[in-house]
Amino acid sequence: MKFLGLSRKDTRFLIIVILLTLATPILLQPFPEGSGLATFNAGYPDLMQRFAIFGIFAIGFNILFGLTGYLSFGHAAFLGVGSYTVVWMYKLLDYNVIWGLPLAVIFSGLFALLIGYVSLRRSGIYFSILTLAFAQMSYNLAYSVLTPITNGETGLQVYGNDAQVLLGANEPTSPHFFGIVMRENFWEPTFGGWSFTFNNGYYFTAVIAIIVFYISLRIFRSPFGLMLRAIKTNQTRLNYTGINARPYTLAAFVISGMYAGLAGGLMAAMDPLAGAERMQWTASGEVVLMTILGGAGTLMGPILGAGFIKYFENIFSKINDQVLHGWFAFLPDGLEDFLIGVSHFFVGKSWHLTLGLLFMLVVIFLPGGLVEGGQRIAGLFRKKKTTGGGGDPEHHPKETPHVAE
Amino acid sequence: MDAIILQILNGLDKGSAYALIALGLTLIFGTLGVVNFAHGALFMIGAFVAVTMQKLLGLSFEQIDESKTDFLGNPLKVEVPYVESWFGPDVGAALIDWSVPLAILFAIPVMLVIGFVMERGLIKHFYKRPHADQILVTFGLAIVLQELVKHFYGANPIQTPAPDAFIGSFDFGAMIGFDPNVIIYPYWRLVYFLFAALVIGAVFAFLQFTTFGMVVRAGMADRETVGLLGINIDRRFTIMFGIAAAVAGIAGVMYAPILSPNYHMGMDFLVLSFVVVVVGGMGSLPGAVAAGFLLGILQSFASMNEVKSLIPGIDQVIIYLVAIIILLTRPRGLMGRAGVMED
Amino acid sequence: MGILEVKGVGKRFGGLQALSEVTLSVAENSVHAIIGPNGAGKSTLLNCFVGKLIPDTGSVMFDGQSVLGRKPHEINQMGISRVFQTPEIFGDLTVMENVMISCFAKRDGAFRLHPFETVAHEQDIVEQAEQMLMDVNMIDKRRMHAASMSRGDKRRLEMAMCLAQEPKLLLLDEPTAGMARADTNNTIDLLKEIKEKRDITMAIIEHDMHVVFSLADRITVLAQGTPLVEDTPENIKGHPKVKEAYLGESA
Repeated sequence: MKFLGLSRKDTRFLIIVILLTLATPILLQPFPEGSGLATFNAGYPDLMQRFAIFGIFAIGFNILFGLTGYLSFGHAAFLGVGSYTVVWMYKLLDYNVIWGLPLAVIFSGLFALLIGYVSLRRSGIYFSILTLAFAQMSYNLAYSVLTPITNGETGLQVYGNDAQVLLGANEPTSPHFFGIVMRENFWEPTFGGWSFTFNNGYYFTAVIAIIVFYISLRIFRSPFGLMLRAIKTNQTRLNYTGINARPYTLAAFVISGMYAGLAGGLMAAMDPLAGAERMQWTASGEVVLMTILGGAGTLMGPILGAGFIKYFENIFSKINDQVLHGWFAFLPDGLEDFLIGVSHFFVGKSWHLTLGLLFMLVVIFLPGGLVEGGQRIAGLFRKKKTTGGGGDPEHHPKETPHVAE
Repeated sequence: MDAIILQILNGLDKGSAYALIALGLTLIFGTLGVVNFAHGALFMIGAFVAVTMQKLLGLSFEQIDESKTDFLGNPLKVEVPYVESWFGPDVGAALIDWSVPLAILFAIPVMLVIGFVMERGLIKHFYKRPHADQILVTFGLAIVLQELVKHFYGANPIQTPAPDAFIGSFDFGAMIGFDPNVIIYPYWRLVYFLFAALVIGAVFAFLQFTTFGMVVRAGMADRETVGLLGINIDRRFTIMFGIAAAVAGIAGVMYAPILSPNYHMGMDFLVLSFVVVVVGGMGSLPGAVAAGFLLGILQSFASMNEVKSLIPGIDQVIIYLVAIIILLTRPRGLMGRAGVMED
Repeated sequence: MGILEVKGVGKRFGGLQALSEVTLSVAENSVHAIIGPNGAGKSTLLNCFVGKLIPDTGSVMFDGQSVLGRKPHEINQMGISRVFQTPEIFGDLTVMENVMISCFAKRDGAFRLHPFETVAHEQDIVEQAEQMLMDVNMIDKRRMHAASMSRGDKRRLEMAMCLAQEPKLLLLDEPTAGMARADTNNTIDLLKEIKEKRDITMAIIEHDMHVVFSLADRITVLAQGTPLVEDTPENIKGHPKVKEAYLGESA
């Protein structure tokens, strides 16, 4: 079974990813509405859209950071460029996202070419600082002199007096794709206590996410991907093997910038706004975090990381005193108050503390991220099955796991 | 001419803060080889030590003042700070007034302890790990520290005034022969600059003239050889980390009156301080100090209306622009040594 | 006219004259060894051949073209491959992938954007790489993580990577440094085999006399940055100047 030029294993992998993505509205609603655990449901459109969008952002970032090891702290700039482009197309043409999204990819790609060309003259931490400097410059400019383009602090949005030259009489007045309105749901079934929401916007981003995931899968398996991994492991050897590393790295930088632009464009496609805060370096930090948490350099890692962070961000920030009281009600009063007090550090507005801690724990104990954690657990089970085979594992030739795993 | 002097002066206090943070970053990087993204958080903690000091000294109890009455004619309840009741009203009031400088005494041991704990508990496990891992773990720590402070002190900036004696400005221009009222400079900023100069001088003197400093400098140049001499370089490096933390901390304490402390000030300063370190040259202490002042002053020049009207937006980007140009033309920064962090 | 012509090369580092007036010629299909005591400038000289250093004076011609001012990858594409003192390999990749990169470099040059082909479908590359691994007896290790191999195997892999490019000139920088006797002998055998089977020119920088005398057709002795003598191994063995400069020192 070969499909779209993928090996059997990768095809299986892709199919699983497609099924999971398409079934997300069901999978993320495991608890009946109104039950105590309903807080942990995540199957609502807004959140699912964010999963897909940040998944795209992280998949792209992984092509640069995961494969080549170049740590960019400036990818949020491309996110911002993407968002601004899409909103501008709303203002100039109409609400159909078909105009803005391709342009968002092109503009962010060009911008990435410029920044990458300069930044890649240096490596290591110097590269990180250069990208950070460029992104901060863009952010500061978006807030100040570029206000005519970005609308400064207010953020860019569509106003009644905008040109919108293509706007038809019956056309929806919110982002849509040839009449499919992003914020509308096409099916809202309820089964017993369970209710599900099937949202146009989510499926639109999900299909795009699947396409770009497939592209990244092909890149991972291509000679180009092999060169990128070679850059990460030993650039000296690569140079003395007659390969010029810089254009390869630049290509990776531009591709990941285009992914970021696409993600930014999709943000504006879900909600027709664009603000400079999307370009701030904390946003760049977030995508670094997602990639690392999931497992840099693995195919699945960035998606897992993005989903994990966005899910817990949402759940943890939702947990308030009322919810906590509900959980700890069975405990004696003193203990209950104490536990609630302790929980305050980690939930609600303090969710970032949890995130920071989690981040440290992953870097300290699980440098390979969640994917490595999964592999280790799977490894434990496998070992149990095959014990008794004898022999020192050190003396067996170690086979490299496939990148996909 | 007067405008230039004014801008140089205006750049000094920010430049001092950059220089102090960058100095600590460079010490840590030079000695331990660790890129510490949590250094800005240490600066922020310092500022909050000042806030805490001011709050602690201001703690008061209610007392009925028989001599005054409120509008209903009852004896007035007044808040009396504990320190005033303990040390008498004059000394007590002075203590409250001088809480920011006093906080330094308190901040030094606190920051040293935080530094030791950080180094022993976390950083030492990262000596051999790639720089990317160091950046990431200290970045995580910075988030944690910042959120803890936010948890206890809230998200809003907290005003932390300087002692009354230093509130207000003086006419620096008139003192050096310019027309009056052209070069007006706030007292506290001058204090901050002098203080920064003192701290920088002390750190350099410490490294230059003490045996401890000599060993540390030797270790910065060639860690293995020094280790071979039977000197316990690790312990000294731990102390060095503590000192770097203390420098960042007291820099934060004294900065509190200039910028009302808020939980994200550390991150704001960190990004700029890293740019400063890179411009100065990774691992070069004089480079860090020089670049700190240079960028602070350049930034204040760029904020002049004349410059802004010439190149719109330059005040927003000048530091980054300079960093980019320097990195591209002088890859090792202004005073960097060869071979530092080039992979 | 040799394949590598070095004329009057000099290089200064601050107050140290590392190389001065180095002139030598490496004949095609020969093994040319460059020996000399520590600090004689051997590695500096080699770095001038591969683009890592640019000499202050003199010229380095390879195959009729100057290599000076070219980047390492350009010089490699001209036909010079290099083996390092400590094997430089792609540790995170498999043995097979390591060799395939060399094959890609040979086929596609310094840069080719091919993001939508699949490595596993590149029949010619796969075959070449497998053939190469068979030649160096490493085919059974092809799925191994390169970093997890022994030092001897890493050296063998690095050699395979260089040979896969079919270079005209193979530069070896102390290929047996730090090796146990057995590994050294294996390396010598491997090099002898390469010499017999392939039309290849080799320039070796070496400390170990055993290695040099088992392989070299010609030897240049370098001392204090200048060539002392250039001759056949037999003549070098008895040469008084060499004894004085080199063997005398080690005795």
